[in-house]
Amino acid sequence: MKYVLMYTNRPDLDAAVPPERQEEVYRAVYAWFGENEASFADGGAELLGPETATTVRYGESGSRVVVDGPFSEAKENIGGFSVIDVPDIDAAIALVKTWPMLELPGNSVEIRPMVVDYSHMQG
Amino acid sequence: MTDQGVPDATLAQVVRDEVGLIVASLYRRIGDFDVAEEAVQEAVVAALRTWRIEGIPPNPGAWLTLAARRRAIDRLRRSVREEKAVDALTFADSRARLLAQEDADPAAGAPSEGAVAGGDAADERIPMLFGCCHPALRVEARLALMLRAVVGLTTPQIARAFLVPEATMAQRLVRAKKKIGAVGIAFEIPVGRERSTRLDEVLTAIYLTYNAGYLSRADGGLADDAIWLAELLARALPEEAEAWGLLSLLTNLSARAGTRFDGEGRLVLLADQDRTAWNAVGLARAERYLVRSAELRRPGRFQLQAAIAACHADAARWADTDWLQILTLYDLLLTHDPSPVVRLNHAIALSHVSGPAPALAELSEIAERLGDYHLLHATRAQLLTELGDLDGARAANLRALELTDNPAEQDLLRTRVARFDG
Repeated sequence: MKYVLMYTNRPDLDAAVPPERQEEVYRAVYAWFGENEASFADGGAELLGPETATTVRYGESGSRVVVDGPFSEAKENIGGFSVIDVPDIDAAIALVKTWPMLELPGNSVEIRPMVVDYSHMQG
Repeated sequence: MTDQGVPDATLAQVVRDEVGLIVASLYRRIGDFDVAEEAVQEAVVAALRTWRIEGIPPNPGAWLTLAARRRAIDRLRRSVREEKAVDALTFADSRARLLAQEDADPAAGAPSEGAVAGGDAADERIPMLFGCCHPALRVEARLALMLRAVVGLTTPQIARAFLVPEATMAQRLVRAKKKIGAVGIAFEIPVGRERSTRLDEVLTAIYLTYNAGYLSRADGGLADDAIWLAELLARALPEEAEAWGLLSLLTNLSARAGTRFDGEGRLVLLADQDRTAWNAVGLARAERYLVRSAELRRPGRFQLQAAIAACHADAARWADTDWLQILTLYDLLLTHDPSPVVRLNHAIALSHVSGPAPALAELSEIAERLGDYHLLHATRAQLLTELGDLDGARAANLRALELTDNPAEQDLLRTRVARFDG
């Protein structure tokens, strides 16, 4: 099954992590992608910070509103995403449990199954 | 219930013995848990209605299997009709086969496959139990799914047991089953390192089910269901020490459950219970399960709680309780489960060994985290009473009273508060 992993972090908590420690974890992240290459499908991306976000929203009477900042005011920031193809949710959970960023407070990974069957949209 | 009809407890037992096997086997054949589970549920509802009046048929497993298969086929036919021709071509082989087979020979597969597989090492109910208790599901949903798919309770029965409206429970079940399908939760017994954490989730769900039936006298059935589940699991995974530990714990608690309420339905504390009325056969069985668990030499939180329960059961009188042994076991339990509730119980044991002052000190360390837990305040009240701080004790009892919504506990606390006023 295909799942999207959404990597989230808390910028406010990240600021408290010493730079050496951050660098150490980043290196582990790099290695992690290499080790688990076989599980990744399609493209994923690491995103620039929430301060670079621009959001376009629904507006009254058919207008579109463009605003500065991320779509959500939550403290969590989506730092990136990946698409994986693994047998089931347990395989996805097992993989995500080894995500090196989870050694740092405030980090989490949301796992969502991808819609792959669009037959209900046809005709 | 009719006067001359079959008692509900008997019906529940017959259903319990068959349902999980039938759901698991139907699921294996059609690959759709929701359809399999709903079909069996409908069969159970029909069975309860018919059997209550006409009596239980000679082979209830075959009756349920046939009724469930018919209903599954109806559901599948309906979905086939709704699907487009192109989808019908790619329709899962097993479903197509099932439909074809049914058309050719309506009686095919009537003998209970379940009854044959019963007690087998490859019991298909166990992977289903792990699936129903998957950590991707909310805890309330895990209990409800387990009770429906494995135990065979109906939605109204589960709703009553957990004191929620039937519609809420029905929705909870629909959501959980949808998530199982959408997310790709496999019905498998986990292997390797994951096994023990996932097993702990299943044991916890069973334990919570027992607790849900424990404090009320009306739903003793839920406690029986939990013990039945614990035994099913322990016998299927005999090398799992914690499974035997949980079975021992629940068997022990259940053997002493009859003395927890007096004739008027008031809660009786352990110190005041009539120990001669404890079920000696049940306690001996709990002891055997505990030995079995201990022999595997992998102590865990359920085994240690079972050992503590055994200490209480061993004391002929409250005054004979071996508190030093119990305190030692709680010390060990804290290394496996450092939760504040365990610390609360540790503090109670400590008060019997070292007096109320050190116990109060331990309570103050967890007071913040357990601030909304009535038993923390009830325990504080007891300790303050022992220390002679009656005003403090009264306030703590009132706080405890505010925080519990269990009528039996409320009664007991009101009696205690009244004692201060009297």
